[in-house]
Amino acid sequence: MSGWILAILQTGLLVFGAPFLAGWVKWVKCRLQARQGPPPWQPYRDLLRLFKKEVVVAESASPIFRIAPYVVFSVTALACSVVPMVAVGLPSAAIADVIVLVGFFALGRFFIALAGMDVGTAFGGMGSSREMTIASLAEPAMLMGVFTLAMTVHSTNLATMIGYLLAAPFQLYPSFVFAAMGLMLVAVAETGRIPVDNPATHLELTMVHEAMILEYSGRHLALMEWGAMLKLMIYGVLLANLFCPWGVAVDYAPLPLLLGLAAITGKLLLLGTALAVAETGLAKMRLFRVPQYLGLAFILCLLGMLSHVILEMN
Amino acid sequence: MSFYLALLAVIAALASALLPLICPGNSRAIKIIAFPLLGLSGVSSVLGGGMALLRGVTHSLTLPVGLPWLHCQLRLDPLSGFFLLVVGLVTLVAAIYGPAYVREYQQGPQPLLPLTLFTGLFVAGMDLVLLAADAFSFMISWELMSVTSYFLVAYQHQHEVNRRSAFIYLLMAQVGGLFILLGFGVLAGFGGGFDFSAMSRVVLPAGWATVAFVLAFIGFGMKAGIVPLHVWLPQAHPVAPSHISALMSGVMLKVAVYGFIRFTYHLLGGIHWQWGGLVLFVGSASAVLGVLYALMQHDLKRLLAYHSVENIGIIYIGLGLSMIFAGTGHPALAALGLIAALYHCLNHALFKSLLFFGAGVILQQTHEHDLERMGGLIHRMPVTATCFLVGCISISALPPFNGFVSEWLTFQTALQGPILNNHIMAALIPVAAAVLALTGALAAACFVKVFGVCFLGLPRSERSAAACETTLGPRIGQVILALLCLLFGVLPTWTVTQLETVAKQFFPAGMPETTAHGWLWLTPVSPEVASYGAPLVLLGISLAWLLAWLWLHPRRKRTPVRISPAWDCGFGPLNARMQYTATAFSMPIRRIFRPVWPITESYQKPGAEERGGRYRLQVGDWAWLRVYEPIGRLVSATARRVAMIQGGNIRAYLAYSFFTLIFLLWVVSL
Repeated sequence: MSGWILAILQTGLLVFGAPFLAGWVKWVKCRLQARQGPPPWQPYRDLLRLFKKEVVVAESASPIFRIAPYVVFSVTALACSVVPMVAVGLPSAAIADVIVLVGFFALGRFFIALAGMDVGTAFGGMGSSREMTIASLAEPAMLMGVFTLAMTVHSTNLATMIGYLLAAPFQLYPSFVFAAMGLMLVAVAETGRIPVDNPATHLELTMVHEAMILEYSGRHLALMEWGAMLKLMIYGVLLANLFCPWGVAVDYAPLPLLLGLAAITGKLLLLGTALAVAETGLAKMRLFRVPQYLGLAFILCLLGMLSHVILEMN
Repeated sequence: MSFYLALLAVIAALASALLPLICPGNSRAIKIIAFPLLGLSGVSSVLGGGMALLRGVTHSLTLPVGLPWLHCQLRLDPLSGFFLLVVGLVTLVAAIYGPAYVREYQQGPQPLLPLTLFTGLFVAGMDLVLLAADAFSFMISWELMSVTSYFLVAYQHQHEVNRRSAFIYLLMAQVGGLFILLGFGVLAGFGGGFDFSAMSRVVLPAGWATVAFVLAFIGFGMKAGIVPLHVWLPQAHPVAPSHISALMSGVMLKVAVYGFIRFTYHLLGGIHWQWGGLVLFVGSASAVLGVLYALMQHDLKRLLAYHSVENIGIIYIGLGLSMIFAGTGHPALAALGLIAALYHCLNHALFKSLLFFGAGVILQQTHEHDLERMGGLIHRMPVTATCFLVGCISISALPPFNGFVSEWLTFQTALQGPILNNHIMAALIPVAAAVLALTGALAAACFVKVFGVCFLGLPRSERSAAACETTLGPRIGQVILALLCLLFGVLPTWTVTQLETVAKQFFPAGMPETTAHGWLWLTPVSPEVASYGAPLVLLGISLAWLLAWLWLHPRRKRTPVRISPAWDCGFGPLNARMQYTATAFSMPIRRIFRPVWPITESYQKPGAEERGGRYRLQVGDWAWLRVYEPIGRLVSATARRVAMIQGGNIRAYLAYSFFTLIFLLWVVSL
């Protein structure tokens, strides 16, 4: 029973901590660009303000348009419940393995893309088309990376994967290095960050995610934005805990849990800083350069898998 | 009992074909007789097949018809029971859906009789293929199925394109049938009989076994539609009536898969892993090429036909993995791969027939084939749109619907690849899994395109703007299939338990671990390796939805939603032509995977009087250009050469007869 309570607490932590990570990235980025920047907790204020505002829906919108924010948010929140953030071995982790997690993201994306096409404006369709194209290239790279890890740890269950890595003596697997690089590239593409997409822009030539949710307002927009923040958070936790699992609690005593919380906070802040540095240093790519970028990610993950087969088997 | 129900299914289907012959002119009476009998056939084959599957027993019967030395033998085992269930489900829904759909034909130029006659015979043929237990009755039923479906494709034969499509279909069905016949010939040659039990007893030398396997692979593959033997599918499916398309795509392709499984696993036995490698490769190629070609189609039914190629590819990936594991001595994993493939057969039958039924409703209500002329249909056909959305989510392999479960099982089977001692295979199998991932993601893109362009946005033509919801029968049919899609997605553990009965026929130990942890959990290999709690996923999504709704609902009361015109950037009213089109939607993918299609693209600048330029885009199929057209040219050239001996000179003909006689006498005297 305590496991389930802990799982719910952890999910809540992920869901309510996600805006801070997004705010943190923005704050560091502003500092790097010598700007004052909003404080890291600004996204909470934004969300609260959006929740209070009136919702405006276009006349041509169908029920899909109103359902989509709820689907996107609830699927992403469910995805949060299977990601081991502070502790492994929680009962909720067995609901879905990492392939199902990819499926959750795909379901959310399916509905965002439909919502983009719903009103019948050109922007929405453009964003949906681009998003689905990028996703169809990112998904094989992501699964290839995941397979590489799964082959080493003999599991696709996230908790088992992290638990295995924690229990095994430290060892630098060449396959993990490649997979980590590949998955990082995929994570940047999937969460819509520079150089693939720019969350800060509203220029029609460059929008992907923003173009799809352009018609949203009020609480619908808040749910969509929050869902995007959750996605960033989940990818952050996955990268942090899969490739650097130390600190994750194995038993549920208060001290290891606190330690786990401190560890994941530190790791996420570091990752957020790295993302901000990368976003400051890089420019957004043209859309048709993205396939090469994701091709690189796939090749890195493939190299990881091959190096596992060649170097690490037996 | 189950066997008699299966026989009843055949008899009811035959009666549905033949009874209307007593009143050929009265189309109302034809409908009243034919469709309920077809429904009865569906119900009894669901019951018969389901009982055979649940009980896991085998019944057989010898009918006193057929050749003097070979009476027609019928048998119902779990494998044929499962496929009989699939056939029955779709037949039943087609019988509910059909009467309203054929109303349109009652006013058309064709009589209704051929449609019901050949539909009944077609269903009876499929049922008999599944029940046949000797090569002779198998081939007769197979040809009954092929030839009757030819007449169904050619039903609206006043259009030339339909006649051409039907002819190509018939030609390929006959060539495929020839390969299957040769495959049976090899088995019968060694086994000493056409009887399946005699064939399965004999062990062939490896070389001959491979010959028989390749013959069956090509023969059944031609009907199933693997690349590059798929070209008849996108021709035949769009021109057949929609409930027939659903039967052909949803069920007939599965009968071909059944034939392949029966031939390879049961009759041939002793599977070599190299065969599995071939099946895996062809399956992966079919999956990814099928979906890429589908993305470029704008005719809704042709697009769905290419998706059948994709899904058959996914089924073959599962079968290929199963055969690789079977050939290398891992029966439990082989059983898992087979279960994944069978599960996908069931799922594809459900969601593909759902989508074809939906496409039929759209076609009937708007008279538009072309996606570019649809739009906004969700406002006018809410039920059809909702069911179609369920079909789109299922075929895109998204949780918690059924398509996801079978693809997930296929992924799990593939992830066990490193167990193989052959490191090259161990490295190639994950690549096949990545291809499967690419396929799934592209399918999602394709169905966002289909649903977005067809049902969402503004109507792109007057007829789409004037469409209305269909009548009760088609709505019920679609709702049944949509509910089944959700049901088989949420209760995978129960389904896998039943499918394991089939797998146990070939791998007696089965894969007990998969379902060992209660109905909530699906755990292939072991719970540590992977687990999926489908009911909990549905519960979790609903719970999160409920929480968000409960939290936001009071706000909704305080500040109600304001409905206003869409933001037009200050440039004046939006119109339907400003929306993204299907061509525009798939343009980035077309550019990225450019060499996959033969594309001719041209732009003509506007003349002095014209307002806009002309853009023309044609996407062909390499299989036609590189495989079939050269073969066609070769056949024509050879025919011309051979025609030279036909000079019209009687003395030359006499000389031919004379030399032939002498040659034959020499042969006889040897």
